[in-house]
Amino acid sequence: MSQTSPQQIEYNLKVVRQFAVMTVIWGIIGMAVGTFIAAQLVWPELNFDIPYLTYSRLRPLHTNAVIFAFGTSALMGTSFYIVQKTCKTPLFSDKLAAFVFWSWQTIIVLAVITLPLGLTSSKEYAELEWPIDILIALSWVAYIIVFFGTLAKRRTAHIYVANWFLGAFIVTVAVLHIVNSMSVPVSFTKSYSLYAGAVDAMVQWWYGHNAVGFLLTAGFLGMMYYFVPKQAERPVYSYRLSVVHFWALISLYIWAGPHHLHYTALPDWTQSLGMVMSVILFVPSWGGMINGIMTLSGAWHKLKTDPILRFLIVSLSFYGMSTFEGPMMSIKSVNALSHYTDWTIGHVHSGALGWVAMITIGSLYYLIPRLWNQTAIYNTRWVNIHFWLHTIGVVLYIVALWISGVMQGLMWRAVNSADGTLTYSFVESVEASYPFWFIRFVAGLFIVAGMILMAVNCYKTIRQGTPTREVLDVPAPATSTAA
Amino acid sequence: MSSFWSAWIIVLTLVFLVVIIAILRWNMKNYTHIKEGELMDHEFDGIVEINNPLPKWWTILFWITIVWGFIYLALYPGLGNFAGLLGWTSSNQQVLSLEESKQAVVYAKEAGKIVQYDREISQADEQFGPIFEAYAQRPIKELVNDEDAVKIGQRLFLQNCAQCHGSNAMGGKGFPNLTDDDWLYGGEPEDIKYALIHGRRGQMPGWSQQFNDQQITELATYVISLSGRKVDPQLAAAGKQNFAVCAACHGMDGKGNQMLGAPNLTDNIWLYGGSQAAIEETLHNGRYGVMPAWKDILGEDKIHVITAYVYGLSQE
Repeated sequence: MSQTSPQQIEYNLKVVRQFAVMTVIWGIIGMAVGTFIAAQLVWPELNFDIPYLTYSRLRPLHTNAVIFAFGTSALMGTSFYIVQKTCKTPLFSDKLAAFVFWSWQTIIVLAVITLPLGLTSSKEYAELEWPIDILIALSWVAYIIVFFGTLAKRRTAHIYVANWFLGAFIVTVAVLHIVNSMSVPVSFTKSYSLYAGAVDAMVQWWYGHNAVGFLLTAGFLGMMYYFVPKQAERPVYSYRLSVVHFWALISLYIWAGPHHLHYTALPDWTQSLGMVMSVILFVPSWGGMINGIMTLSGAWHKLKTDPILRFLIVSLSFYGMSTFEGPMMSIKSVNALSHYTDWTIGHVHSGALGWVAMITIGSLYYLIPRLWNQTAIYNTRWVNIHFWLHTIGVVLYIVALWISGVMQGLMWRAVNSADGTLTYSFVESVEASYPFWFIRFVAGLFIVAGMILMAVNCYKTIRQGTPTREVLDVPAPATSTAA
Repeated sequence: MSSFWSAWIIVLTLVFLVVIIAILRWNMKNYTHIKEGELMDHEFDGIVEINNPLPKWWTILFWITIVWGFIYLALYPGLGNFAGLLGWTSSNQQVLSLEESKQAVVYAKEAGKIVQYDREISQADEQFGPIFEAYAQRPIKELVNDEDAVKIGQRLFLQNCAQCHGSNAMGGKGFPNLTDDDWLYGGEPEDIKYALIHGRRGQMPGWSQQFNDQQITELATYVISLSGRKVDPQLAAAGKQNFAVCAACHGMDGKGNQMLGAPNLTDNIWLYGGSQAAIEETLHNGRYGVMPAWKDILGEDKIHVITAYVYGLSQE
């Protein structure tokens, strides 16, 4: 399939199409579950006294669905597209690529089954039990082979910056997953972590924060570096900026995990080191934002007419905002107020809904017509409506949780100056949070409505198109590195 | 931490920061053969890159954070076993017991170290200790009528006790209602205060080994009859035959024994439920209630004020 004639090669767009479709579907499911559990926080009776529907079981389903089903499907699909196009070579192995797709979807289905059943390792963002963990490792190794195999047989002298970020993301996630998931199985559905106590917590958050750093940041920066210049039709702002911020970002992130464990049993020196690196990390994080947004210089007028570009650029603004907020929250004295409050959840969602979801949505609106022989998405006006639904949803969400988070932090620390007793009991802070949780639920409705509109738009686009076959003429086999 | 691992951390951290500086400095100069502001000589699927310099304000920000990082690591713990110039720690992290904790507080004070937790606690004790000391001098029966004291007691209760006994102190399954006149260990101020200081351990043994299912059903029926509820008289009579073993704690009349914390079975107040099924479950498996000791957590002076609040609840 990869070679139609000695001088022609064909890109593997089938696996990209599969991932693109699943990204939209998992996006709706993951965000709908999120909205449902947001409703449960306002109306707890919505669990209907059914164990499978309790918040505690659906919350990990929500996080797994948006990070590993929606986010990772988006990354796998776009990385297979980007690596082929920017290396001018088809994927290393079509069979392995198909294995990556089918095994990854199997893993997600297993998560959808086991998490509501209450089968969990209890490690945040790594809840899946050991047999699924092994499957993840296998799937990921195949992903590594396909991606780096393709890089190795590239027909370009250099490697484009998008692939640096994607490569770093793919390798590091494998290391993180394998180290953090080490456990002792006691049965087919239950295992216990290999680590104990504060060490276990440290390994968990080394994993947890780098899932954010490499999957949700580095991976999506790779996506950004391809789709932003493509959609803007402008050169990338600064090559050297991409060099510094790439190396600084991937090396600093690895240290940042301990800021999740401030004022705990973790030794002071570990907490301080994590905090110092997190604060320095702020600057290289902004390097990516600058490079993306400045790529638009000379083409700012396009934002007026192009809702896809608007998705991409606003996502970078949210990226800049949350990568400023994160280092700030890692400072111990800020963390003393923000930790365990809704502020943290608001921060995560400004990253996940603002940055990750918007860059993905923008990229898919660019990509899907091109995968089905179309020049543009079925209805650009709908894209614009989706943009506003999503933006309003994200802003409502973040602002509501900022207010409730800071309020909770202040209520928990309020002390009566006369006798030193705490002014509020915990349950009073819960009561005070209800209005903001309601706003969060409404924000979720906006976002899910936008995703459904997107699904319809994509469906219409796909229906009126046919799968794209993209063939590339290559020089005679003698000069080609792979044939 | 051994000196090897300490050195490992110090070297790794410093080398890492130096490498970050090197990468930054390397890219501040134009090392390419392309003039600044012009396109790089490679193209990927139509994407080209400009060889623009790093934004100056961004570079300055990078330097500031790195310099700040070095300063922070000099002042605070971070570089392995190096304690930092300020001698600051968040708490006495190495202690393993209450005794060690008390010693560590004294030691840190003598050595002039800043242990943030100790410092905050001792500041609070200095400021508020005298208030509670003064309350502790007054008898509880008098304190009950002091509105301020009761309000402080209530806040302490909401922070520390409401998790089990509820915000309204009416308890729940396994957690006694504190607003009624039914007391497992006595409702006088000194009884309540004793429970708060030392805790209580309720021990109702399970009887599955001694009695079969039929006998347990009979016993439960008899127990229900004690509070005047309608039961099958034959079953109750059969149950009464075996009640002697229960009487050891609950008394022949079933009115309980506050010395042992054995509940009164005749008042129709049930800590673990009063249905036939719930009582049979209690008889089968036993019940083990735990009231924690608060002496080392709150101190006796604060407990005195909480006692006044709790005592007042059942006096209304």
